[in-house]
Amino acid sequence: MKYDAIVIGAGHNGLANAAFLAKAGMKVLVLERNPYIGGAAVSRELHKGWIYSNCSYVCSLLRPEIYRNLNLAKHGLQVVPYGGGATFLSDGDILGNYVDHDVQRREIARHNKRDADAYHRFSRDVTRQCRFIRDFLLRTPPDPTSFRPRDISELMFMMKKFLNLGEKTMYETIRFYSMSVAEYLDEYFESDTIKAHFSGSGIIGTALGVYSPGTAYVLLHHYMGDIDGSAGAWGFARGGMGAVSKALAGAFQEHGGEIRTSAGVEQIIVRNGKATGVALENGDEIYADVVVSNLDPKRTFLKLFDEKDLDPRVAEKARNFKIRGSSGKLNIALDGVPEWPALGDNNPLRFGDMHFVDSLERLERAYDDWKNGMWSRDPYVDLLIPTLTDPTMAPPGKHFMSVFVQYVPPKVKGKDWTDEDRDAFGKVVIDQISKHSPNFKDLILHAEVRTPRELEAEVGLTEGNIFQGELTMDQLMFNRPFPGYAQYRGPVKGMYMCGSGTHPGGGVMAAPGANAAREILADMKRTNVVPETELDD
Amino acid sequence: MNKKEHYKTFVYPTAFHSRTSKLNQMQESHRWKDYLVADVYEDVALEYFAMRNSTGVFDLCPMTKHKITGPDALEFLNRMLTRDVSKLKPGRVSYCVWCDDEGQVIDDGTVFHMRPGEYLLCSQERQLDWLSISSLGFEVTITEPTHELAALAVQGPTSCAVLRKMGLNDIQNLKPFGIAWFDFQGSELMVSRTGFTGDLGYEVWIEAPRAEALWDALFAAGKEHGIRPIGTHALEMTRIEAGFIQAGVDFLPADEAVRPGRTRSPFELGLSWLVDFKKPNFTGRNALLEEKEKGSRYNFARLDIAGNKPAKDAFIYNSKKQVVGTVTSAMWSPTAKANIALASLHAPWGKPGDELYAEIYYQRELKWSRVMARATVVEGAFFDPERKKVTPALDF
Repeated sequence: MKYDAIVIGAGHNGLANAAFLAKAGMKVLVLERNPYIGGAAVSRELHKGWIYSNCSYVCSLLRPEIYRNLNLAKHGLQVVPYGGGATFLSDGDILGNYVDHDVQRREIARHNKRDADAYHRFSRDVTRQCRFIRDFLLRTPPDPTSFRPRDISELMFMMKKFLNLGEKTMYETIRFYSMSVAEYLDEYFESDTIKAHFSGSGIIGTALGVYSPGTAYVLLHHYMGDIDGSAGAWGFARGGMGAVSKALAGAFQEHGGEIRTSAGVEQIIVRNGKATGVALENGDEIYADVVVSNLDPKRTFLKLFDEKDLDPRVAEKARNFKIRGSSGKLNIALDGVPEWPALGDNNPLRFGDMHFVDSLERLERAYDDWKNGMWSRDPYVDLLIPTLTDPTMAPPGKHFMSVFVQYVPPKVKGKDWTDEDRDAFGKVVIDQISKHSPNFKDLILHAEVRTPRELEAEVGLTEGNIFQGELTMDQLMFNRPFPGYAQYRGPVKGMYMCGSGTHPGGGVMAAPGANAAREILADMKRTNVVPETELDD
Repeated sequence: MNKKEHYKTFVYPTAFHSRTSKLNQMQESHRWKDYLVADVYEDVALEYFAMRNSTGVFDLCPMTKHKITGPDALEFLNRMLTRDVSKLKPGRVSYCVWCDDEGQVIDDGTVFHMRPGEYLLCSQERQLDWLSISSLGFEVTITEPTHELAALAVQGPTSCAVLRKMGLNDIQNLKPFGIAWFDFQGSELMVSRTGFTGDLGYEVWIEAPRAEALWDALFAAGKEHGIRPIGTHALEMTRIEAGFIQAGVDFLPADEAVRPGRTRSPFELGLSWLVDFKKPNFTGRNALLEEKEKGSRYNFARLDIAGNKPAKDAFIYNSKKQVVGTVTSAMWSPTAKANIALASLHAPWGKPGDELYAEIYYQRELKWSRVMARATVVEGAFFDPERKKVTPALDF
């Protein structure tokens, strides 16, 4: 049996890619190693009656154009915004991040009156950067060395967007992309607490510290999304993040697509310099005109290819690709609602994200531990209780807590993770949370602790890197995953990449999958069905 | 408001809330910064005419107030504001704007020179960030007493009589933009002959805990002078008639602009009279000098529009049917009996006497129509009563 296209990996990008190819009339097969689909956008029942968002846990970046074009609402997807967040301070106070503009201003003013007004300037400048980057998300990056008309016109588009920023913002943009998040925040705020609070978005998922250049962009990567025009807002996918993958799979199947689970791919078959299909782990071979990899660049080129089939420089680029494990995750089933005395009664922030590190120094020290090959003893966590918003994930009155943890090393002091290491890491996180919630420990019914080891073994992400590769300038836009291969085409004919390791990078955006589909359809001389970015004034 | 529990109160009452809430028959309010203020108490027309015929009282508490003191206060303000603050004597108020270094207006407001070296800067938007940035190198202390200082606008032809009856002796001799201090039941009451209505009127300022007593005394004194609380809808009418611009409506504060080119310079807002190039230095001076030489991109215009359909949000066309700008504020003026508007027009349009057209959409019983109405650029306020300036102030 021969397919028009095979997509390796049923992550959200693989499914989005497959859905667009199928929508354009191609006969598409998605192969998934796990017995379930979703990759890192997955909902699983590991404790009876509880649905976990095991990996990714919140949604903001998913492109509305894709949502609409693939009719994901019809396939059951609903993203519900959640409100704000809080950093718990060592002195028992909090710094809240309220949704309402005036309440938020008062909250910042409580800590620093001037910073409250400076927040205005900060939001304005981040909004400027968001508006700039957003228009590129659903476009293929131009190759700046090429003279093909398309590349030139894309470069012109980019240049025009850049010029439209105005002189001042042009300078700012260039600085922005090379700054650390701490230094960036220094330009707006006086209070260390406030800076610590906002800098969290600059380190999530990255093996960099708050003072590492490039982390200002990571902050933007977390701010550039929106929910129904509410810029920077985050929400829960009803039913957990697996609902995103499920809806994408539904759209794919509606267009005649076929998904095979428990079907791990051993190798991409290359004949006469062209990808012709895949060999499965069970020995089966399946053929197709197009083979698309949703896996990260390292895994794709170093594991799925016979290195002899590749130009040695490609294998070298893949080896040098920065995809470092830096994150862990705890998924916890709770018997009730944890108390947060510092929040106060009925604080709307209890629905939001919570963090317990209140200074830039503590954040940098957390990174120091990672550099020393240890999990942070005082980690930065991003804690949420989706079930306070989503009634579908746990029995009434019971709750699911998602705890994302930064930093967690890929190896412990240079050695492979052991179960004891994992449990010790989990204990550090649970202890940190307990300091702020007296009844938390007693509520725990089940906890899944995931280190880079588990993330790599189960999801397939190299070192468990959530973005499929660091989001630094050397690996963004036309450098993602590596120069010369940023337009989704692989090093052999008929082979494509569609994962977060390609432009515009990680987060549950589905943009890499969609962009790759657009390129494949162009190569196959088929009519494009992938939507363009809705441009704003 | 500075307590952790502030989240339990999303919208705060002003210092006059116990009084205003009882009078707010329409229960129509909106949020102005942290506070709840009435859109209308009983009837917009009655409130509007109170300000043009007797006395209207408007709760000004949410207006942002900054206190600037210290040895360099004057030097600092003179560097920040475009006009010459050294000419502002103690006991005097001046309208002012301030710009960023590109000469774009951040906000407009009033600067009060209270006691020598003690200034109060009132503005629509919060400015602590900009004031702090601007104060580098100056020995000044900047605070924001918005919550602590309660204020009312007391506006209209009988306003002087009301204040005099309240016991403010000699208030009639206070000149426009003058400040006077009085004892009010043991507290200090500051009165300035200022306002947003382009009419005879005062603003009264008192420490927040004495606000209610002030309100009571004022309304008792005004009982026989047609005093009435007024909401923001009526105030908005008077300020358009007066031809005053408002931040966020007629111009976008430069520090809020996300998109380049959306802001305006003082010249582009008809405020060239506020820019004093004789001062050796002020923020935005170089950019404004360059603009003066090269010409501005926009002109601010007051339009007298034919017909009676308010030109809200209208596009403005020239005689060649090219769009040359947009209306920023518009209304039917009950006093001037004119269809008036404020507009931002591309240069060179907008010179007094220019004949343009406003594209107005309006509906009658849900049937929508469109009219191209002749719009003439006029000079000055649409309503500019003599009583505004006369000193001693008249009784009505």
